[in-house]
Amino acid sequence: MSLPTYDTTKVLDGRAQARKTTKAQTDLLVRENRLGSISAPANAMIHIFFWLYTLACLLPLWLVVSVSFSDEKLVVVEGYRFWPQKFSLAAYDFLFKDLTQIIRSFGVSLTTVTVGTLLSLLVMTLYAYPISRSDFPHRNVFAFFMFFTMLFNGGLVPWYLVYTQLFDLKNTLWALIMPLLVSAFFVLLLRTFFANTIPSELLEAAKIDGAGELRIFALIVLPLSLPVLATVALFQTLNYWNDWFLSLVFITENKNVNLQFLMYKTMLDIQFLTSNSQAMAEIAKQGGMLNIPTETIRMAMAVIGIGPIVFAYPFFQRYFVKGLTVGALKG
Amino acid sequence: MLQPANLAAGVPARGKSGAKSPSFWKTIRKYWVFYLMMLPAAVILFINNYLPMFGTLIAFKNVNYSKGILASPWVGFDNFRYLFATSDAWVITRNTILYNAVFIILNLVVAVAFAVMFNEMRGKMWAKFHQSTMFLPFFLSMVTVGYLVFAFLSHGNGFMNTYLLPKLGLQPIDWYSEPKYWPFILPIINTWKNIGYYTVIYLAAIVGIDQEYYEAALIDGAGKWKQTWYITIPLLKPVMIVMTLLQIGRIFYADFGLFFQVTRNSGILYPTTLVIDTYVYQTFIVMGDIGMSSAAGLYQALVGFILVLVSNAIVRRVSRENALF
Repeated sequence: MSLPTYDTTKVLDGRAQARKTTKAQTDLLVRENRLGSISAPANAMIHIFFWLYTLACLLPLWLVVSVSFSDEKLVVVEGYRFWPQKFSLAAYDFLFKDLTQIIRSFGVSLTTVTVGTLLSLLVMTLYAYPISRSDFPHRNVFAFFMFFTMLFNGGLVPWYLVYTQLFDLKNTLWALIMPLLVSAFFVLLLRTFFANTIPSELLEAAKIDGAGELRIFALIVLPLSLPVLATVALFQTLNYWNDWFLSLVFITENKNVNLQFLMYKTMLDIQFLTSNSQAMAEIAKQGGMLNIPTETIRMAMAVIGIGPIVFAYPFFQRYFVKGLTVGALKG
Repeated sequence: MLQPANLAAGVPARGKSGAKSPSFWKTIRKYWVFYLMMLPAAVILFINNYLPMFGTLIAFKNVNYSKGILASPWVGFDNFRYLFATSDAWVITRNTILYNAVFIILNLVVAVAFAVMFNEMRGKMWAKFHQSTMFLPFFLSMVTVGYLVFAFLSHGNGFMNTYLLPKLGLQPIDWYSEPKYWPFILPIINTWKNIGYYTVIYLAAIVGIDQEYYEAALIDGAGKWKQTWYITIPLLKPVMIVMTLLQIGRIFYADFGLFFQVTRNSGILYPTTLVIDTYVYQTFIVMGDIGMSSAAGLYQALVGFILVLVSNAIVRRVSRENALF
């Protein structure tokens, strides 16, 4: 009795043949239509759409710039335009005559950004490292102590009272720095990074060589964690620079008004900028508040406030996008 | 697959958890440096977060500054009773939830659409350029956004009233005192500001999809629409679900800056723009009503807490590794 035999080689050959033909077909398709490419009209439509959207992102900024370089009288009569109907530097002239408050505010912003970012990086990594160590028995307790703040918070009123009544931090720079210093989200991000990218063998070896925990942390863990440190630093720089809420709540004196808050106050009341004596003298010389180009000054103030972030943006953007995926390094 | 940073903060660190722990004091002695390292952040956390948590008890007091907070009398749930007797409680809850719901839907739909378009468009240099510009608003402070909106909507000089509306033959509109327009304005601005961020996250997920799926689909004769609909979208689903649930967990918290700066905190607009966060600020800092304000704050914290727990429980079922805890 003979069993039907299958020529396996033939079958395999046939499959290979089939694969070959489909491969040829796809190659053809690739050539005809470029594999995975959309049609030319669809592509053009997408391009046009994104050009329009890009304009929608940039034009509002341009409008503010345009008004700041416009002649006040025409602005008041005609309204804000995307191109100055009459070019004028009067607004900037006025602002540059007395830069005291602007420079002061720049200083406040720069101080809080630098001190805040560095301190927060230091404090958060110091907390994140122990809870990343799997041999540390209390790590989960301390991780939870951090994590719980993401779930529940006391709200504005008790928080405000702690800062003003218990610690008397109103109107201090510390009130602009401390609230943003420790964020559970970043600590846990750092923790995850430490736990998953620093080989524990490395730490063991260092320990055998007699290095203490602090030395290991400073000389091994931190240098190996530069990507995540850069990400957190970037986020925090942005958080500190863009903050105005803390000022709104805690700052009532002019000396610690940061740049964002100065912009906010200028928006509310242009006279805030002119609340010092030098500026008042200038106003008097020009014939009182009515002759001050308030509309354009306001927008010039905005340009000064927005400027730094727009210039830093290309740099930020590049690393920020990279940073968004740093947390992806999960085990 | 790539994951955005904010999906990757799960709590328990890797490692043996059930290991037999040595005695408490032995641990302390062995790891004393660790406790020292954690001390600064722990102290700051205590001041920033834990003291205010105990401070929520203030919602059950009738605070009288002359007596001091500690000596002020307890009033039980009176503050809550007053709060919920006003129409404000309903208005702020409704506004907060409805706005956030709209924001969440727009963030999802628009960002996924943008990401798919970016992925399909030819000329990757331009795709990068547009993507970068689109990200710019995300970096601007809300004060700045307030200025930009003001340049368009200012009653006397704004571009809308002095140029666009007259060109269209329409009457100027006093935007900052007409509540009915804001349910449309605010979602547009919120999407404009945040869409770059969400687009980057979804685009990263799309780029991570294995090309072989598309090749196979092409052999089967699936066009671009079908590929998008039957491959890209289904494979994006986990990221979409997680991102959305994380936002739903925070649906009770509004973006203070958006509702405060962009509306210029205009009182006439409150019926459609007052949210829990701005209400708490307004009643406390401006009106000085500690009772009502702290009651509203605690109401927000408690409901918010429950919502985070619930949404996280759902994330856990969908994709365990993306759960917050």
